[in-house]
Amino acid sequence: MTPRRKQRLAFVVILLAGFAAAAALVLYSFEKNLLYFYTPTQIAEQAPPAGRTFNLGGMVVPGSVRRGERVQFELTDNHSTTRVVYRGLLPDLFGDGQGAVATGRLREDGVFAADTVLAKHDENYMPPGLAESLGQKPVGIAKPADGYAQ
Amino acid sequence: MLDATKRYASLPSFYRLCGRLFAWLLPATVALFAAGLVWGLYLAPADYKQGEAYRIMFIHVPSAWMSLLVYMVMAAAGAVALVWRVKLAELIHIECAPVGASFTALTLATGMLWGKPMWGAFWVWDARLTSELILLFLYLGVIALYAAIPDRRKAARATAVLAIVGVVNIPVIHYSVIWWNTLHQGPTVTRLDAPAAHISILAPLLFMAVVFKLYFITVLLARLRGSIAEQCRAQQWFRDEAAGRA
Repeated sequence: MTPRRKQRLAFVVILLAGFAAAAALVLYSFEKNLLYFYTPTQIAEQAPPAGRTFNLGGMVVPGSVRRGERVQFELTDNHSTTRVVYRGLLPDLFGDGQGAVATGRLREDGVFAADTVLAKHDENYMPPGLAESLGQKPVGIAKPADGYAQ
Repeated sequence: MLDATKRYASLPSFYRLCGRLFAWLLPATVALFAAGLVWGLYLAPADYKQGEAYRIMFIHVPSAWMSLLVYMVMAAAGAVALVWRVKLAELIHIECAPVGASFTALTLATGMLWGKPMWGAFWVWDARLTSELILLFLYLGVIALYAAIPDRRKAARATAVLAIVGVVNIPVIHYSVIWWNTLHQGPTVTRLDAPAAHISILAPLLFMAVVFKLYFITVLLARLRGSIAEQCRAQQWFRDEAAGRA
Protein backbone atom coordinates (compact mmCIF):
# COMPACT_ATOMS: atom_id res chain seq x y z
CA MET A 1 0.00 0.00 0.00
CA THR A 2 1.36 3.41 -0.88
CA PRO A 3 1.82 5.95 1.95
CA ARG A 4 -0.99 8.11 0.53
CA ARG A 5 -3.43 5.20 0.55
CA LYS A 6 -2.36 4.34 4.10
CA GLN A 7 -3.06 7.92 5.08
CA ARG A 8 -6.52 7.83 3.48
CA LEU A 9 -7.30 4.48 5.11
CA ALA A 10 -6.30 5.92 8.49
CA PHE A 11 -8.61 8.88 7.77
CA VAL A 12 -11.55 6.54 7.10
CA VAL A 13 -10.89 4.47 10.23
CA ILE A 14 -10.47 7.54 12.48
CA LEU A 15 -13.59 9.15 10.97
CA LEU A 16 -15.74 6.10 11.72
CA ALA A 17 -14.22 5.49 15.17
CA GLY A 18 -14.62 9.14 16.15
CA PHE A 19 -18.25 9.32 15.16
CA ALA A 20 -19.00 5.94 16.75
CA ALA A 21 -17.50 7.15 20.04
CA ALA A 22 -19.43 10.44 19.86
CA ALA A 23 -22.69 8.64 19.11
CA ALA A 24 -22.11 6.15 21.93
CA LEU A 25 -21.55 8.99 24.42
CA VAL A 26 -24.63 10.89 23.24
CA LEU A 27 -26.87 7.81 23.34
CA TYR A 28 -25.51 6.85 26.76
CA SER A 29 -26.14 10.26 28.28
CA PHE A 30 -29.63 10.56 26.78
CA GLU A 31 -30.52 6.96 27.65
CA LYS A 32 -33.51 7.93 29.81
CA ASN A 33 -34.99 10.13 27.10
CA LEU A 34 -34.73 7.38 24.50
CA LEU A 35 -37.10 5.11 26.41
CA TYR A 36 -40.46 5.10 24.68
CA PHE A 37 -42.29 4.21 27.89
CA TYR A 38 -41.73 3.85 31.63
CA THR A 39 -42.51 0.60 33.41
CA PRO A 40 -44.70 0.37 36.54
CA THR A 41 -41.56 -0.40 38.58
CA GLN A 42 -39.88 2.81 37.41
CA ILE A 43 -43.06 4.72 38.36
CA ALA A 44 -43.13 3.07 41.79
CA GLU A 45 -39.47 3.89 42.46
CA GLN A 46 -39.59 7.47 41.27
CA ALA A 47 -42.98 8.86 40.33
CA PRO A 48 -42.90 11.61 37.68
CA PRO A 49 -44.44 14.91 38.81
CA ALA A 50 -48.25 14.84 38.85
CA GLY A 51 -49.78 16.32 35.72
CA ARG A 52 -46.79 15.54 33.48
CA THR A 53 -47.71 13.52 30.37
CA PHE A 54 -45.68 10.38 29.78
CA ASN A 55 -46.00 6.86 28.37
CA LEU A 56 -46.58 3.89 30.63
CA GLY A 57 -45.96 0.42 29.23
CA GLY A 58 -46.45 -3.11 30.50
CA MET A 59 -48.42 -6.32 30.17
CA VAL A 60 -52.19 -6.21 30.68
CA VAL A 61 -52.88 -8.25 33.84
CA PRO A 62 -55.15 -11.15 32.75
CA GLY A 63 -58.66 -10.68 34.11
CA SER A 64 -58.09 -7.05 35.11
CA VAL A 65 -59.85 -5.51 32.11
CA ARG A 66 -63.25 -4.01 32.93
CA ARG A 67 -64.97 -2.55 29.90
CA GLY A 68 -67.70 0.00 30.02
CA GLU A 69 -67.98 3.70 29.33
CA ARG A 70 -64.54 3.94 30.93
CA VAL A 71 -62.15 1.06 30.41
CA GLN A 72 -60.16 0.00 33.45
CA PHE A 73 -57.20 -2.34 33.45
CA GLU A 74 -53.89 -2.98 35.15
CA LEU A 75 -50.44 -2.86 33.56
CA THR A 76 -47.63 -4.92 35.10
CA ASP A 77 -43.94 -5.64 34.56
CA ASN A 78 -44.11 -8.62 36.95
CA HIS A 79 -42.68 -6.49 39.80
CA SER A 80 -45.13 -3.61 40.14
CA THR A 81 -48.61 -2.97 38.82
CA THR A 82 -50.31 0.29 37.89
CA ARG A 83 -54.05 0.76 37.48
CA VAL A 84 -55.11 2.58 34.29
CA VAL A 85 -58.39 4.27 33.41
CA TYR A 86 -59.16 5.17 29.82
CA ARG A 87 -62.06 6.47 27.79
CA GLY A 88 -61.94 5.64 24.10
CA LEU A 89 -61.40 2.91 21.53
CA LEU A 90 -58.91 0.11 22.17
CA PRO A 91 -56.79 -1.38 19.35
CA ASP A 92 -57.69 -4.89 18.14
CA LEU A 93 -54.61 -6.52 19.65
CA PHE A 94 -55.38 -5.18 23.13
CA GLY A 95 -56.26 -7.95 25.57
CA ASP A 96 -55.28 -10.12 28.55
CA GLY A 97 -51.58 -10.87 28.72
CA GLN A 98 -50.78 -8.50 25.84
CA GLY A 99 -48.30 -5.64 25.92
CA ALA A 100 -49.80 -2.16 25.90
CA VAL A 101 -48.49 1.40 26.06
CA ALA A 102 -50.74 4.12 27.53
CA THR A 103 -50.14 7.88 27.18
CA GLY A 104 -51.46 10.07 29.97
CA ARG A 105 -50.87 11.41 33.47
CA LEU A 106 -50.49 9.90 36.89
CA ARG A 107 -53.32 11.07 39.20
CA GLU A 108 -52.79 11.95 42.85
CA ASP A 109 -54.31 8.60 43.88
CA GLY A 110 -51.73 6.68 41.85
CA VAL A 111 -54.13 5.75 39.04
CA PHE A 112 -52.89 6.46 35.52
CA ALA A 113 -55.41 8.44 33.44
CA ALA A 114 -54.74 7.57 29.78
CA ASP A 115 -55.60 9.65 26.71
CA THR A 116 -54.50 7.00 24.22
CA VAL A 117 -53.75 3.28 24.51
CA LEU A 118 -51.61 1.47 21.94
CA ALA A 119 -51.13 -2.29 21.73
CA LYS A 120 -47.57 -3.63 21.67
CA HIS A 121 -47.10 -6.71 19.54
CA ASP A 122 -44.64 -9.43 20.58
CA GLU A 123 -42.19 -11.19 18.25
CA ASN A 124 -44.08 -14.50 18.04
CA TYR A 125 -45.78 -15.65 14.85
CA MET A 126 -47.59 -18.96 14.49
CA PRO A 127 -50.66 -20.49 12.84
CA PRO A 128 -53.88 -20.53 14.95
CA GLY A 129 -53.99 -24.35 15.24
CA LEU A 130 -50.53 -24.48 16.80
CA ALA A 131 -51.33 -21.61 19.17
CA GLU A 132 -54.39 -23.47 20.46
CA SER A 133 -52.42 -26.66 21.05
CA LEU A 134 -49.89 -24.61 23.03
CA GLY A 135 -52.76 -23.35 25.21
CA GLN A 136 -52.75 -19.83 23.77
CA LYS A 137 -56.19 -18.43 23.25
CA PRO A 138 -56.44 -16.67 19.88
CA VAL A 139 -57.30 -13.07 20.68
CA GLY A 140 -57.89 -9.93 18.69
CA ILE A 141 -58.86 -10.10 15.06
CA ALA A 142 -57.91 -13.71 14.41
CA LYS A 143 -61.29 -14.61 15.87
CA PRO A 144 -63.41 -11.45 15.92
CA ALA A 145 -66.11 -13.15 18.02
CA ASP A 146 -63.62 -13.51 20.88
CA GLY A 147 -62.26 -10.02 20.76
CA TYR A 148 -65.41 -7.99 20.46
CA ALA A 149 -67.92 -9.99 22.49
CA GLN A 150 -67.04 -8.49 25.87
CA MET B 1 -6.74 -12.76 -7.57
CA LEU B 2 -5.66 -9.15 -7.69
CA ASP B 3 -5.38 -9.38 -11.48
CA ALA B 4 -8.92 -10.73 -11.74
CA THR B 5 -10.18 -7.96 -9.44
CA LYS B 6 -8.40 -5.37 -11.55
CA ARG B 7 -9.79 -6.79 -14.76
CA TYR B 8 -13.40 -6.70 -13.55
CA ALA B 9 -12.94 -3.31 -11.92
CA SER B 10 -12.16 -1.90 -15.36
CA LEU B 11 -15.31 -0.28 -16.68
CA PRO B 12 -15.51 -1.95 -20.15
CA SER B 13 -15.30 -5.52 -18.82
CA PHE B 14 -17.63 -4.77 -15.91
CA TYR B 15 -20.11 -3.23 -18.36
CA ARG B 16 -20.15 -6.49 -20.33
CA LEU B 17 -20.36 -8.59 -17.13
CA CYS B 18 -23.38 -6.51 -16.00
CA GLY B 19 -25.11 -7.19 -19.30
CA ARG B 20 -24.54 -10.95 -19.11
CA LEU B 21 -25.63 -11.27 -15.47
CA PHE B 22 -28.64 -9.00 -15.90
CA ALA B 23 -29.99 -11.12 -18.76
CA TRP B 24 -30.66 -14.09 -16.46
CA LEU B 25 -31.00 -12.27 -13.12
CA LEU B 26 -34.04 -10.29 -14.30
CA PRO B 27 -36.30 -13.26 -15.22
CA ALA B 28 -35.09 -15.18 -12.13
CA THR B 29 -35.95 -12.26 -9.83
CA VAL B 30 -39.40 -11.72 -11.38
CA ALA B 31 -40.29 -15.44 -11.20
CA LEU B 32 -39.02 -15.91 -7.63
CA PHE B 33 -40.72 -12.69 -6.47
CA ALA B 34 -44.05 -13.93 -7.85
CA ALA B 35 -43.51 -17.30 -6.12
CA GLY B 36 -42.61 -15.57 -2.83
CA LEU B 37 -45.73 -13.38 -2.99
CA VAL B 38 -47.99 -16.41 -3.54
CA TRP B 39 -46.23 -18.30 -0.71
CA GLY B 40 -46.37 -15.41 1.76
CA LEU B 41 -49.72 -13.83 0.90
CA TYR B 42 -51.70 -16.98 0.09
CA LEU B 43 -50.09 -20.30 1.09
CA ALA B 44 -48.67 -19.32 4.50
CA PRO B 45 -51.15 -19.73 7.39
CA ALA B 46 -52.79 -16.77 9.10
CA ASP B 47 -51.24 -15.64 12.40
CA TYR B 48 -52.96 -16.77 15.61
CA LYS B 49 -53.15 -13.22 16.92
CA GLN B 50 -53.00 -10.82 13.99
CA GLY B 51 -55.01 -12.84 11.49
CA GLU B 52 -54.29 -11.87 7.89
CA ALA B 53 -52.84 -8.42 8.58
CA TYR B 54 -49.45 -9.84 9.61
CA ARG B 55 -48.78 -10.74 5.95
CA ILE B 56 -47.48 -7.23 5.34
CA MET B 57 -44.31 -8.38 7.11
CA PHE B 58 -43.37 -10.47 4.05
CA ILE B 59 -42.64 -7.10 2.41
CA HIS B 60 -41.82 -5.02 5.49
CA VAL B 61 -39.16 -7.24 7.11
CA PRO B 62 -37.07 -8.12 3.99
CA SER B 63 -37.31 -4.47 2.97
CA ALA B 64 -36.06 -3.33 6.39
CA TRP B 65 -33.14 -5.78 6.26
CA MET B 66 -32.27 -4.49 2.78
CA SER B 67 -32.38 -0.88 3.94
CA LEU B 68 -29.53 -1.73 6.35
CA LEU B 69 -27.61 -4.06 3.99
CA VAL B 70 -27.69 -1.62 1.06
CA TYR B 71 -26.37 1.09 3.38
CA MET B 72 -23.44 -1.11 4.40
CA VAL B 73 -22.68 -1.83 0.72
CA MET B 74 -22.91 1.88 -0.07
CA ALA B 75 -20.57 2.81 2.80
CA ALA B 76 -18.09 0.00 2.06
CA ALA B 77 -17.91 0.95 -1.63
CA GLY B 78 -17.52 4.57 -0.49
CA ALA B 79 -14.56 3.62 1.73
CA VAL B 80 -12.89 1.75 -1.16
CA ALA B 81 -13.50 4.78 -3.39
CA LEU B 82 -11.97 7.10 -0.78
CA VAL B 83 -8.84 5.05 -0.12
CA TRP B 84 -8.08 3.40 -3.47
CA ARG B 85 -9.87 5.83 -5.85
CA VAL B 86 -11.43 2.94 -7.79
CA LYS B 87 -13.87 4.41 -10.29
CA LEU B 88 -16.15 1.37 -10.21
CA ALA B 89 -16.39 1.63 -6.39
CA GLU B 90 -17.50 5.26 -6.75
CA LEU B 91 -20.26 4.18 -9.11
CA ILE B 92 -21.40 1.29 -6.88
CA HIS B 93 -21.38 3.67 -3.91
CA ILE B 94 -23.62 6.28 -5.49
CA GLU B 95 -25.92 3.88 -7.35
CA CYS B 96 -26.77 2.17 -4.03
CA ALA B 97 -28.27 5.37 -2.62
CA PRO B 98 -31.61 5.58 -4.52
CA VAL B 99 -32.16 1.82 -4.15
CA GLY B 100 -31.52 1.95 -0.40
CA ALA B 101 -33.70 5.05 -0.03
CA SER B 102 -36.53 3.18 -1.78
CA PHE B 103 -36.18 0.18 0.54
CA THR B 104 -36.20 2.51 3.56
CA ALA B 105 -39.28 4.39 2.32
CA LEU B 106 -41.03 1.07 1.63
CA THR B 107 -40.13 -0.13 5.14
CA LEU B 108 -41.58 3.00 6.72
CA ALA B 109 -44.72 2.97 4.53
CA THR B 110 -45.55 -0.71 5.10
CA GLY B 111 -44.76 -0.33 8.80
CA MET B 112 -47.24 2.55 9.07
CA LEU B 113 -49.93 0.60 7.22
CA TRP B 114 -49.43 -2.25 9.71
CA GLY B 115 -49.10 0.00 12.75
CA LYS B 116 -52.52 1.64 12.42
CA PRO B 117 -54.62 -1.56 12.71
CA MET B 118 -52.23 -3.39 15.11
CA TRP B 119 -50.84 -0.74 17.47
CA GLY B 120 -53.57 1.83 16.95
CA ALA B 121 -51.21 4.49 15.53
CA PHE B 122 -49.51 5.12 12.18
CA TRP B 123 -46.42 6.56 13.80
CA VAL B 124 -44.80 6.83 17.23
CA TRP B 125 -41.45 8.40 18.04
CA ASP B 126 -39.84 5.32 19.51
CA ALA B 127 -36.14 4.52 19.00
CA ARG B 128 -36.66 1.99 16.18
CA LEU B 129 -38.94 4.12 14.04
CA THR B 130 -36.94 7.31 14.61
CA SER B 131 -33.57 5.71 13.76
CA GLU B 132 -35.05 4.19 10.58
CA LEU B 133 -36.36 7.64 9.61
CA ILE B 134 -32.84 9.04 10.17
CA LEU B 135 -31.59 6.33 7.79
CA LEU B 136 -33.95 7.66 5.11
CA PHE B 137 -32.56 11.17 5.68
CA LEU B 138 -28.98 9.83 5.38
CA TYR B 139 -29.80 8.26 2.01
CA LEU B 140 -31.51 11.46 0.83
CA GLY B 141 -28.53 13.47 2.11
CA VAL B 142 -26.12 11.34 0.03
CA ILE B 143 -28.31 11.80 -3.07
CA ALA B 144 -28.64 15.56 -2.55
CA LEU B 145 -24.92 16.09 -1.81
CA TYR B 146 -23.93 14.11 -4.91
CA ALA B 147 -26.25 16.23 -7.04
CA ALA B 148 -24.85 19.46 -5.55
CA ILE B 149 -21.21 18.89 -6.65
CA PRO B 150 -20.65 19.14 -10.42
CA ASP B 151 -17.43 17.05 -10.52
CA ARG B 152 -18.63 13.40 -10.38
CA ARG B 153 -15.45 12.05 -8.79
CA LYS B 154 -15.18 14.77 -6.13
CA ALA B 155 -18.91 14.37 -5.45
CA ALA B 156 -18.47 10.61 -4.86
CA ARG B 157 -15.65 11.24 -2.36
CA ALA B 158 -17.76 13.79 -0.47
CA THR B 159 -20.79 11.47 -0.28
CA ALA B 160 -18.49 8.60 0.76
CA VAL B 161 -17.49 10.58 3.87
CA LEU B 162 -21.16 11.24 4.68
CA ALA B 163 -22.05 7.57 4.15
CA ILE B 164 -19.19 6.36 6.40
CA VAL B 165 -20.24 8.74 9.19
CA GLY B 166 -23.81 7.44 8.89
CA VAL B 167 -22.70 3.83 9.46
CA VAL B 168 -22.95 4.67 13.18
CA ASN B 169 -26.75 4.61 12.76
CA ILE B 170 -26.87 0.99 11.52
CA PRO B 171 -26.21 -0.82 14.84
CA VAL B 172 -28.45 1.74 16.55
CA ILE B 173 -31.36 0.71 14.28
CA HIS B 174 -30.67 -2.99 14.75
CA TYR B 175 -30.25 -2.92 18.54
CA SER B 176 -32.77 -0.15 19.30
CA VAL B 177 -35.46 -2.67 20.25
CA ILE B 178 -33.02 -4.38 22.66
CA TRP B 179 -31.29 -1.36 24.21
CA TRP B 180 -34.41 0.68 24.89
CA ASN B 181 -38.15 0.23 25.54
CA THR B 182 -39.83 0.63 22.19
CA LEU B 183 -43.33 0.11 20.86
CA HIS B 184 -41.79 -1.85 17.99
CA GLN B 185 -41.44 -5.54 18.88
CA GLY B 186 -38.07 -7.20 19.37
CA PRO B 187 -36.25 -9.35 16.79
CA THR B 188 -38.03 -12.52 15.64
CA VAL B 189 -35.41 -14.16 13.45
CA THR B 190 -31.99 -12.95 14.64
CA ARG B 191 -32.30 -14.05 18.25
CA LEU B 192 -29.67 -15.99 20.19
CA ASP B 193 -32.13 -18.87 20.66
CA ALA B 194 -34.47 -20.25 18.00
CA PRO B 195 -36.45 -17.82 15.82
CA ALA B 196 -39.84 -16.95 17.33
CA ALA B 197 -41.81 -17.59 14.13
CA HIS B 198 -43.29 -20.96 13.21
CA ILE B 199 -41.51 -22.66 10.30
CA SER B 200 -44.59 -22.26 8.04
CA ILE B 201 -44.24 -18.47 8.45
CA LEU B 202 -40.44 -18.28 8.80
CA ALA B 203 -39.75 -20.18 5.53
CA PRO B 204 -41.61 -17.77 3.19
CA LEU B 205 -40.10 -14.83 5.11
CA LEU B 206 -36.54 -16.04 4.54
CA PHE B 207 -37.43 -16.88 0.93
CA MET B 208 -38.60 -13.30 0.42
CA ALA B 209 -35.38 -12.05 2.03
CA VAL B 210 -33.36 -13.94 -0.62
CA VAL B 211 -35.62 -12.60 -3.40
CA PHE B 212 -35.13 -9.03 -2.16
CA LYS B 213 -31.35 -9.52 -2.29
CA LEU B 214 -31.63 -10.80 -5.87
CA TYR B 215 -33.78 -7.79 -6.70
CA PHE B 216 -31.13 -5.46 -5.25
CA ILE B 217 -28.34 -7.07 -7.29
CA THR B 218 -30.48 -6.95 -10.46
CA VAL B 219 -31.41 -3.29 -10.03
CA LEU B 220 -27.85 -2.31 -9.01
CA LEU B 221 -26.38 -3.97 -12.13
CA ALA B 222 -28.92 -2.22 -14.35
CA ARG B 223 -28.13 1.13 -12.71
CA LEU B 224 -24.36 0.55 -12.99
CA ARG B 225 -24.71 -0.28 -16.67
CA GLY B 226 -26.62 2.94 -17.15
CA SER B 227 -24.11 5.08 -15.27
CA ILE B 228 -21.09 3.48 -17.04
CA ALA B 229 -22.79 4.16 -20.37
CA GLU B 230 -23.38 7.77 -19.33
CA GLN B 231 -19.78 8.34 -18.21
CA CYS B 232 -18.13 6.52 -21.12
CA ARG B 233 -20.43 7.49 -23.97
CA ALA B 234 -17.68 9.53 -25.64
CA GLN B 235 -15.04 6.80 -25.33
CA GLN B 236 -14.00 4.59 -28.21
CA TRP B 237 -14.64 1.22 -26.50
CA PHE B 238 -18.21 2.20 -25.69
CA ARG B 239 -18.88 3.37 -29.27
CA ASP B 240 -17.51 0.05 -30.54
CA GLU B 241 -19.69 -1.81 -28.03
CA ALA B 242 -22.80 0.13 -29.03
CA ALA B 243 -22.02 -0.28 -32.76
CA GLY B 244 -21.46 -4.01 -32.32
CA ARG B 245 -24.84 -4.37 -30.71
CA ALA B 246 -26.78 -2.45 -33.33
